[in-house]
This record gives sequence, structure tokens and C-alpha cells, in this order.
Amino acid sequence: MSATSWAWLVLLFPLLGSIAIALGFKALPAKAAGAIGTAAIGLAFLCGVGALIHLLGEAPDARHHASSLWDYASVAGLDIKLGIFVDPLSVFMVLIVTGVSTLIHLYSFGYMQSDEGYHRFFSYLNFFVFSMLLLVLAGNFVLLIVGWAFVGFASYALISFWYRRQTATKAGMKAFVINVVGDIGLVLAAFLIFRELGTFEYSEVFAKAPQVFHTNEWTVTAICLLLLVGAFAKSAQLPFHTWLPDAMEGPTPVSSLIHAATMVTAGVYLIARTHSLFVLAPTAADIAAFVGLATLLVAASIALVMTDLKRAIAYSTMSQIGYMVVGVSIGAYSAGMFHLMTHAFFKALLFMAAGSIIAAMANEQNIDKMSGFGKAMRFTSVTMLCGGLALAAFPGTSGFFSKDEILAYASARGGMYLIFTVLGYFGALLTAIYTFRLIFRVLPGKPCPEAQELIDTGHVHHAHPFNPATGEEEDTAVGFPGAEHHIAESSLPMRIAMGVLAFGALFAGLVQVPGVDDMVTKFLDPVFADSPLAAIHPSVAASWFGLAIGAAISLAGIGIAYFLYVARPETPAALQKRFSALHTCLYNKWYFDEAIDFLVVRPALAIGRFANRTFERLVVDGLVTGTEDVFGGGGRLVQLVQSGFVRSYALLLIVGFAGLALYFLLSSS
Amino acid sequence: MNVEWYIVLSSLLFAVGAMGILLRRSPVVILLCLELMLNAGNLALVAFSKMVGNQQGQIFAIVVMVVAACEVVVGLGLIVAIFRRKLPLDVDELRELRG
Amino acid sequence: MEAVMFFLAALGALGGAIGVVAMRSPFYGVLALIIHLFSLAVLFLLLSSAFVAAAQVVVYAGAVMVLYVFVVAYVGGDTESAWEPIPGQRFLAPLMGAALFVELSIAVLSSSLMALGTHGADTKPGFGDPAGIGKLLLERFLLPFEASSILLLLAAVGAIVLAQRKAEQ
Repeated sequence: MSATSWAWLVLLFPLLGSIAIALGFKALPAKAAGAIGTAAIGLAFLCGVGALIHLLGEAPDARHHASSLWDYASVAGLDIKLGIFVDPLSVFMVLIVTGVSTLIHLYSFGYMQSDEGYHRFFSYLNFFVFSMLLLVLAGNFVLLIVGWAFVGFASYALISFWYRRQTATKAGMKAFVINVVGDIGLVLAAFLIFRELGTFEYSEVFAKAPQVFHTNEWTVTAICLLLLVGAFAKSAQLPFHTWLPDAMEGPTPVSSLIHAATMVTAGVYLIARTHSLFVLAPTAADIAAFVGLATLLVAASIALVMTDLKRAIAYSTMSQIGYMVVGVSIGAYSAGMFHLMTHAFFKALLFMAAGSIIAAMANEQNIDKMSGFGKAMRFTSVTMLCGGLALAAFPGTSGFFSKDEILAYASARGGMYLIFTVLGYFGALLTAIYTFRLIFRVLPGKPCPEAQELIDTGHVHHAHPFNPATGEEEDTAVGFPGAEHHIAESSLPMRIAMGVLAFGALFAGLVQVPGVDDMVTKFLDPVFADSPLAAIHPSVAASWFGLAIGAAISLAGIGIAYFLYVARPETPAALQKRFSALHTCLYNKWYFDEAIDFLVVRPALAIGRFANRTFERLVVDGLVTGTEDVFGGGGRLVQLVQSGFVRSYALLLIVGFAGLALYFLLSSS
Repeated sequence: MNVEWYIVLSSLLFAVGAMGILLRRSPVVILLCLELMLNAGNLALVAFSKMVGNQQGQIFAIVVMVVAACEVVVGLGLIVAIFRRKLPLDVDELRELRG
Repeated sequence: MEAVMFFLAALGALGGAIGVVAMRSPFYGVLALIIHLFSLAVLFLLLSSAFVAAAQVVVYAGAVMVLYVFVVAYVGGDTESAWEPIPGQRFLAPLMGAALFVELSIAVLSSSLMALGTHGADTKPGFGDPAGIGKLLLERFLLPFEASSILLLLAAVGAIVLAQRKAEQ
């Protein structure tokens, strides 16, 4: 089998799984639906491995294949095929997406067991994986947009999964609208590409671009900026980030899969995929890098004060994606993708652990009310600690190597890119502090009542779930998990999933240690060979110097967190009082929601109101009644022809046709 | 045999079918006349396919057959439904469209 | 020989068509259409499209016409009266038919298509045989093929919905 056949199979299995579960929801028992969903993604992963083995068996320069099954849209001058593009980058993404998805399906198999919408959930989840794979494997910009939009829909459907929960449906709409803004950017970018280059196929676009565009020509810069709009909306970068924290209204496996590990990294993938264009538009690339840096810092600062467990992790996701965006924008392509991989492991793991704890708290997400879960849930707390260590870049863990590689590249590139190194390390300090803030608040200490109940009775705390945002009671009949929620301790599939991810979070970094081995870089290098930036490599000594700084910063951050939240638990409150303005600003997420509301939503509403009140009454109504009179009179005239005989209508039709034909015959001769 | 002959024959058949639709009042016969017109189109397609030496015209003809089959099924379904409701089987009697 | 076959088949097709239009009873109309379809199949064969000809006989003259016969038998084959309620229709319809024929013939025969050579391209022996058509249908035109199969399914469902017996109210 060729690499492309494997890739087609990768696409096929999740699609089949989604359709089978959706159509068979009445016939299939719940367990079977979960098993089908998990098996479909597992098979896709195996096929991804098949493609990987095939690629590795070829010469590095020959590792790219395009394949198309059918014409997708083929009209005058526009030839779009239902085609895929298989190269190390897409296979790398396929492996991450399917690998992490398999584990998350496994986790959901246990986690969603008491949910009424079990079939719906797995069908959506498989559909999401299919769309994501389509996005990743697409061989041209049109299919990319198709996958991009499908992913947006899957995200919407899964955020609003508990559709009686008002906050969830609102969050779903918000995510969808912001994502569509991104889609528009992407579509416009594709139009521009077609106008300038006359093709949508990746291989042709990237081959033609250097010949057609001059460096920093306005067209290529515009294309890149529009691509960035798409990438930023999907990847929750400033200023399109506000949907991501709200997306945490969905079930926890969804937060873990879509809003941490895979979908939100689509923007990073897009920038890496179109690096040939960004090389031609350095200005756009620099803008992307600075936006990534800003997101990284802003999100990390907000994560410092968030009291909602899942939202705090969501802000940390934004911040980590900021690192990746910086990486792929400044030219550290494989480092950015490497961070994407390790992040997928440890962030998915953190969400799973958080989900387990939230389940034990009967859906309470406020960390102020949590403590002492270290004793109550040993397995969960160990895995959460693994994830936290990796996120805080503790020396030796996966996040340690991947994050520092980006920063080392930035310092090797030198010049103004040193800013990224310095502020990146500052962000790393914040990361370590907020990560261990969460861990120190939740795990050690005196068990909170819910944790105590778990220790005493071995049962999860039962409470009727209330929505913390609105206070309304959750409707368990349409699928809110209700009281008999599963925690990771009790379900084997969940334990397996978390165990594998914990292993990945701790040790996945070892595939790429400076001076020792560089598997990721070596694998991805052929893709980025055409970029002059890929030739810059930090020296081994510089890398290790960076790693030493990173280790020191990570340990310092953990130490500060220990000092603030364990040794002197009263200091945070004092700090909060001392810098209350700063705290309020952070707590309100830098007022981004309010700013967008003021700058975009309100003016739109005002225009709408004006249109409704003034414009419509005067202009539209006048036009309408005027036209009504005209057409009413005309209608009464036409009425005379309306005999009701179908055959006389047919006659009129044929008279018209004959007349038209006569006209064309006369005009052509 | 020149292909022109086939094409002239096809337009003749088309015209006959069109005439039938205008003249007949029974919905069954009108459907039959529609078949005539579709088949005339098919004949033209196949003749062109022969003329150009490209089999794709025949694919069009097959798709037209499929569409014709669909049209027959729905049309006959409508006739049966009209019959069931004890309405007259005469298109001139169905004059709800009169303005 | 080919010319003889063509004129025989053309005569059959034209006669069948006129029969459909002229026969007062729908039942005879159906029979005339069957003659027409068979003649068309012969014409397709003359145009070296064996597969379309076979499909014409099997699908049309076979299956579809059986359906017609059933429906005519079900609703009753009343002959329609010769009375024409729409004034002018009797006169205008043949006129328009003739106009259509003339226009179509002129349009097609004077088009640049004819420059390709009126005798048709030289075709290979396998032209229009099931293998070639099947290859085209299942490779190049797979999507239209599947789309038409879905269309058929929808039509079948639609017909059932249309013709089903309503529950007694």
C-alpha cells in the first residue's frame, strides 16, 4: 500500500464511525457506540502509523505525495480535486490527532457513561476527528477550507452538547461566530491566492509563489495577514481568543480534545503549512510572532488569577499556543511542531485530571472550594502532577525540551528576535507559577468536604448540579451527566488513557534532546527545506545554556508558587489587596470581552437599530407599498392570461422557447 | 449513414413529443409524451457522442435515463394519488392555478 | 444495409411517436411508445453504443413501460373525448411543433459541430461497449453516478409517500 492509500484510510475510518453511530443510535447499545467510536479512531491511528512507516522507507526528498480520488469542483479554468497531500508535516499532525483522540475516546468511554447523549457524543467526536484529519490532509486550499469549517461546526456542536444549558449554547454560538470570522479570512486568502497564482493546489502554490511574488509585496502580505485571521480565530490568539475560555462549557473530554490538544493547534499547522508564503512576507510573519508573544503573556497573566479550574487551564492553552505561533512564525518550524506535540500530551492529560476532579466535586469548578484531593484521588493527582510538571517545563519533562527549543532558536536568530527569548522566559516563569498555583490549591492540604466524602465512603459526592454561572438547575434529562459521574479512579479505560498520556508528558521530550538526538527535526526537515530560515540552528552549547536558564526559571516559578500558596497562604490575599487594580484587570481578562462588545457589538447593534427604526420605516416601507401598488395593478392585468389550463401554460412555454431560439438563430447568422 | 440524419430525426421526435403534450389531456399520455422528448434528447446525445468519438455523451444519455425513470416514478405516483382522491384524470379539470 | 436499417428504425420511432400522440386510448399509447423505444434501441446500436441500447431495452422498454401498463390498468384506460376546451390550442400546437422542429434542425445542422465531419469520428472496436462505459461511470463519473442513484432512491421514497393510502380519519 502506498502512503496515500494509508492516508485515505485514515480519513475513512472516523467518517464511517461517525455515520455508523449516528444512524445506529437506536439499534446500538451505548457501550457498542463507544467501542465503535474508539475503534474507528484507533484504526485511523494505525493507518497513520502505516503511512509513517511508508514515508520513512523513502528518501527524505521524495517524502511528499499528492493523490486525488475525484473531481470536487471542475469548471472553466478552476480544477479542484478531492485530493490529499501526504508529507511528513501532515503525517506528523495525523499521528498527533489520531493518537491523542484515541486516548480521549477511551477516556470518554468511561467519563460519559452516565450521559443520555452518549451516541450523539461519540458521533460528534468521530465527526470532529474526521474534519480535523481532512483539514490536515487536504491537498488544496478549498478542501482545507472545507475541513476548517467542518471543524468549526464540530466544535460548536460539542460546546453546545448539553443544549439545555443556556451558558453552553451561548458559548457555542460565540465560538462559532468568531470561528466564522476566521473562516472568512481564510476564504479571502484563498481567493487572493487563486487570483495571483491561478491554482489552489498546495504543491503548485508553493512552487509558483517565489517566482510570482517579490518579498514583502503587498499581495503576499495581504494573503498572509488573511491567513493569520483564520489561524488566530481557530487558535484563540489575540484578539480572537475570547471564545476559548467560554468553550469550557462543553464536556471535559471535548475541552481536552478540541480545545486543547488538536483543533486549536490548526492555526499553528496552517502557518507551518504555508511557511513558503510567510517567508515571502516577513512583515506578516513578524506580526504573527508578536501577536503570539502578546497572547502568551496576556493569557498567562490571566491564568494567574482565574478561579475556575477548567478556564485557568484554557488560558494556559492559549498561552502555550502563543509559544507555538511564535515558533512557526520566526522560523523555528520543527520546534513549534514539536511543542505542539508535547503540548497535546500534557494539556490533554491536565484536562482529563481536571475532569476527574470536577466530577468528584459534583461539577463544581471553583478551585477556591477544592483542596486535599492528593489523598482522595491518588491516581488522578499523580497524573495531574505529571501534566503540571511538563507544562511548567520541569527539567527533563517533555515541555522543558520543546519550549526551550523555540526560545533557543529565537536567540540564535538574534537581532530583535532576542525579545522573544527574554519575554518567552518571562512567560515560562508565569507558566510555572500558575500551573503550580492550581496544583497546590487542589491537591495538598486538608481535604474539602467532597474529598473527605470520597475518602470516607469511597463514593463520589452527590449533589444536584447547578450551573455556576446562572445558578439554574441543570437538566439531566437531556444529557447533563448528573450525579453518577465517573471519576478516573474507578474506570479502567480512563486510567489507561491518563496513564499513556502521563508517560508521554514525562518522556516524549526525549525524542529531541539538543546534541543527543533530533528525531522530530530530522523527520520534518524535508518539508521546510525550501525556507532559508530553517537553516538557522542554535549550537548545542547555546541550546544547553538555554535549557539551564529554563530549568532555573521553572524551578524558581514552582518555588514562588510553593511560597505563595503553601508556605505563606496569606500572601496571595495581601498581594491581591495591594495591587487590587491589577488584579481586577486580570480577573476581568484584560476586559477583552468588554472591548469587543464596545468596539464591534454595540456599533453593529446601533446600526441595526437605526436601520430598523428610521431607515426601514421611511425608505423600505415606502418602497414596499409603492411596489405593491405597481405590482398589484400589473397582477390584475396578468390575471387575464391565467386561465388555469396547464396546457395553455405549456403552449406559452414553447412559444417562448421557440421565440428565444429564433432570436439566437437570427443573431448568430 | 450520416450522423445528420439521426439529429434531424431527433429534433423531429422532440417536436412530435412537444406537440403531444400540448394536445393531449390525459396525464398518463402527457407523461408518455415527456418520455418521447427525453428520448429524442438521448438520441441527439448518442449521435453527438458518435460524431465526436467520445463515449462521455453516452454517460449523459444514461444519466438522462435515470432522471427519466425518476420522473416516471414520481409522475405515476402523482397520477395514482389523483386517482385515489377521486379527482378527474384530466389536466384541464385541474384548474386551481386560475388567477 | 446500414441505410436500410436506419430508415426502418426511424420509421418505427416516428410511427411510435405519432402513435403516442394520436391514439385516443392511453393503453394503445403505451404500446406505441414501446415500439418507439425498441426502434430507438436499434438506432443506438447503429450509432455503435451497445450499452445504451441494451439499457434502453431493459430499463425503458422493459421495466418503465411495465410500470406504465400497471398504472393504466389501475386507473382505467378511458379514451379522452375529442372536444378541445382551450380555443386556439388545436391550431397553435402543431404550428409550434413545426416551428420547434425547423429551428432545432437549423440550429444543430448549422452549428460548428458539423465541421467535425458528418460521418462521425473513426471509433475503435470497443466504442460504447459495457466495459468502456462501466470504466467511465465508475472512475471519472463516480460522483454523478452515485448522485443519480441517490436521486432514484429519493424518487422511490417520494412516490411511496405520494401514493400511500391515507389512514382513515
